[in-house]
Amino acid sequence: MDNVRPPRNNVWMTVANEPAILLEARALGFLRQDELVFGPLDFVLHAGEIALVEGDNGSGKTTLMRVLTGMLRAGEGEVRLEGAAFSLDTMAGAVVFLGHHLGLKLDLSPRENLAVSTGLYGQRDGANADAALAEVGLAGYEDEPVRRLSAGQKKRAALARLLIVPARVWLLDEPYANLDREGIAMVNRLLAQHTARGGAALVTSHGAVSFAGGEPRRIRLHA
Amino acid sequence: MTPGSTPAACAALLRRDLTLAWRRRGDIAMPVLYALIVATLFPFALGPDPLLLGRIAGGVVFVTVLLAILLSLDNLFRADIDDGSMEQLMLAPQPLALLVGMKILAHWITSALPLIVVAPLLASMLKLPTDTMPVLVIALVLATPLLSLLGAVLVALTAGSRRSGMLLALMLLPLCVPVVIFAAGAVAAAQEGLPWIAPIAWLGAGLVMALVLAPLACATALRIAMDT
Repeated sequence: MDNVRPPRNNVWMTVANEPAILLEARALGFLRQDELVFGPLDFVLHAGEIALVEGDNGSGKTTLMRVLTGMLRAGEGEVRLEGAAFSLDTMAGAVVFLGHHLGLKLDLSPRENLAVSTGLYGQRDGANADAALAEVGLAGYEDEPVRRLSAGQKKRAALARLLIVPARVWLLDEPYANLDREGIAMVNRLLAQHTARGGAALVTSHGAVSFAGGEPRRIRLHA
Repeated sequence: MTPGSTPAACAALLRRDLTLAWRRRGDIAMPVLYALIVATLFPFALGPDPLLLGRIAGGVVFVTVLLAILLSLDNLFRADIDDGSMEQLMLAPQPLALLVGMKILAHWITSALPLIVVAPLLASMLKLPTDTMPVLVIALVLATPLLSLLGAVLVALTAGSRRSGMLLALMLLPLCVPVVIFAAGAVAAAQEGLPWIAPIAWLGAGLVMALVLAPLACATALRIAMDT
């Protein structure tokens, strides 16, 4: 993996060593029946940065993720992506989202599922499906229908998508769920490679997580 | 095709849906089987009078085909919403309306096209005069995509609710009526030796309008359905 490639858009490098802000939330809040599910929340996510969203069950972690993807409309505040106010129509594949529903077709193989993602989101330079599947530990299972894989293997098949699409912002909702110790290390490795490339990631988890590249920024949600 | 470009995305989605349909071939066969059974039962119920059967053949074929399409319609977006694929489609850089249009096209290919293929067989079982057969096929080719598109809008509208099958059937009924009137009207006119081009033109006009508007309406309705 050539993970030290300079970012395609070099403009932000000129701003005196301060990495560009990829994702920004300003007084972001979400209302369900006039009741605040989370927020108001302010945070910024710079290029090359991982933020960990912490909170108890029901504190709105998944809701926050869905608001950040634009699928849920924020009740208050705004989300800005690379400085521009964003919506589902304008963000154009800059964000990749991995939620509780993995978005895999059970009757297709991991390789076929990846081909769909590549078709929709595009392919990062130098990435290919076989290498991505080997990286997530699915070598030998490329052509097995996803239906026959275990829960952890399904998760890995979904994570392989992160390796081939060019999106710079990863929104990962509980990426560690269902994974074994080796899988957790694998997710951390993917995140480290991603930040080294100048990408950013927002990760929710209610378990203790340690990243190889030092302490992540923490965003705390209160129930 | 560059991956991520609009044609590549459409092709990938179309290929996905067709592959999925092929892996579950039994589901494709069901509407065809249903239409075959219904059309077979009519002569038994009404008696084998060729004149009577010939007169009702066009109408019976259209109603049968319409109901058979309705059977498969409910599942159009359900699977994608349940397994998270719809979220992935929404976040893709391509316009959602276009991707939804591809899904409708795949649905039409897998559920309506087999019915169009067997329709002449059904019609000849019901003693429809052979010279009106081309009109029947033309009317079906225009009417079935129109039904798929109208149905897809309603499926998208009811996608938020769980047991939506009944609601869907009720809402689709008034939209089906003009389609059936024009399609069966064309065949009836051809049978009586009258010009049949006018009802076909109406179907065509409806189809063009639905082609443009239905995917947009679907995309908006799906966004609302996911916004919960």
